[in-house]
Amino acid sequence: MSPYPITEADIQAYVDGLLPAARRAEIDVYLANHPDEAARVAAYRAQNAALRSLFNPVLDEPVPGRLSVRPRASRHLRRLAAGFAIAIAGGAAGWTLRGTTQSGSELASLGGAAVQAGAHIDPLARQAAIAHVVYSPDVRRPVEIGAEQEDQLVAWLSKRIGAPIRPPKLGKLGYELIGGRLLPGNSGPVAQFMYHNVAGERLTLYVSTEQAQNHDTGFRFAQEGPVNVFYWIDGKFGYALSAGIDKGELARVSGAVYEQLEKPS
Amino acid sequence: MNIDAEETQLLACIPRLRRYARALVGDRSAADDLVQDTLEKGWRKLSQWRRDSDMRAWLFGIMHNLHVDRVRRPRFTAVDLAEREDLLTTRAAQTDALDMRDLDAALRLLPQEQREVLLLIALEEMTYDEAAGVLGIPIGTVMSRLSRGREKLRAAMEGRIVAPPLKVVK
Repeated sequence: MSPYPITEADIQAYVDGLLPAARRAEIDVYLANHPDEAARVAAYRAQNAALRSLFNPVLDEPVPGRLSVRPRASRHLRRLAAGFAIAIAGGAAGWTLRGTTQSGSELASLGGAAVQAGAHIDPLARQAAIAHVVYSPDVRRPVEIGAEQEDQLVAWLSKRIGAPIRPPKLGKLGYELIGGRLLPGNSGPVAQFMYHNVAGERLTLYVSTEQAQNHDTGFRFAQEGPVNVFYWIDGKFGYALSAGIDKGELARVSGAVYEQLEKPS
Repeated sequence: MNIDAEETQLLACIPRLRRYARALVGDRSAADDLVQDTLEKGWRKLSQWRRDSDMRAWLFGIMHNLHVDRVRRPRFTAVDLAEREDLLTTRAAQTDALDMRDLDAALRLLPQEQREVLLLIALEEMTYDEAAGVLGIPIGTVMSRLSRGREKLRAAMEGRIVAPPLKVVK
């Protein structure tokens, strides 16, 4: 027998074929005399093999397109953030449910999700959805400053936020700007722009600058109750487009918003 | 090594990242989200990658950190668009020894940190040193997690654990 006792680490390394030949031979002898340990080793080896045969087929799947291209969007968005279409600094996302009781069952269902999810969850989409549900049904005062005073809106939000901010133009898609408002974030302001179409369906664009601690994401979709949300994070900027409209339609609008962010006019 | 070679190397890691993420997360769409975020971070930080180091280990380390962040904050239901149209999933052939569906379910019973270690070693065939590097933990911790994870998986597969044990309320 070897002068070195057989350790658990030896057994594991034996399973994985990571032992030098001499040591492996010693374990062979040990296992021949310890059938329980031999059975354990056999079970672990079977696990390895089973895990490979379960997941190896993933290696042969075609890689989805979104994974095989080097993303370029971030760079465009950042350049843009330096001074074009929507550029906000010093704001903060964050809408809590405290004190908001007027919006009925839709809000209640979102509140349930928020409570369940806790304080740090993918806050962008959730906060945007909540802000949408809170303000978009408001018939008389959906925004603080209306589109007829767009210059004032832009000047005011820019001043409050401390950087130029401008709503994208979605008229070609049938959505006209209603106006915008400032929302309370966790440590500063967040902007919301509201649009509507001829059918009266409303859509909100939520822009936050509190995403610095989050990692960038691709284009994502989330759904909570009646609200569909497309969102993405780039650096400290978070953008979320919310509406009760059909997902395909919202995707089309999101594409246009995204394009305007990439190619400021 | 030029940039193109680095890009090629990164792209070559994608299938393995996807395999690992699928095993780690279970859900196909959530797994690919994790891969996508890993790649975005990887592309962005490619210039910081040390050329004499192992690209795969570096990317797996990025994925590990992102995954830990996600596990800490449960998510609002999010579905990636591309996935909805692409529901084609490759199913593994059944083996006679183990029911694959049971294996996948049993894998979900493992604590996160044991599952990570087991998958890096069993699936990725990393050495214990490499796994320790990816996870940022001492090798002794790798060994103990591996040992406990394997035993727990074995117990689950043999039907000794059907569900996580109930907690006793004091």
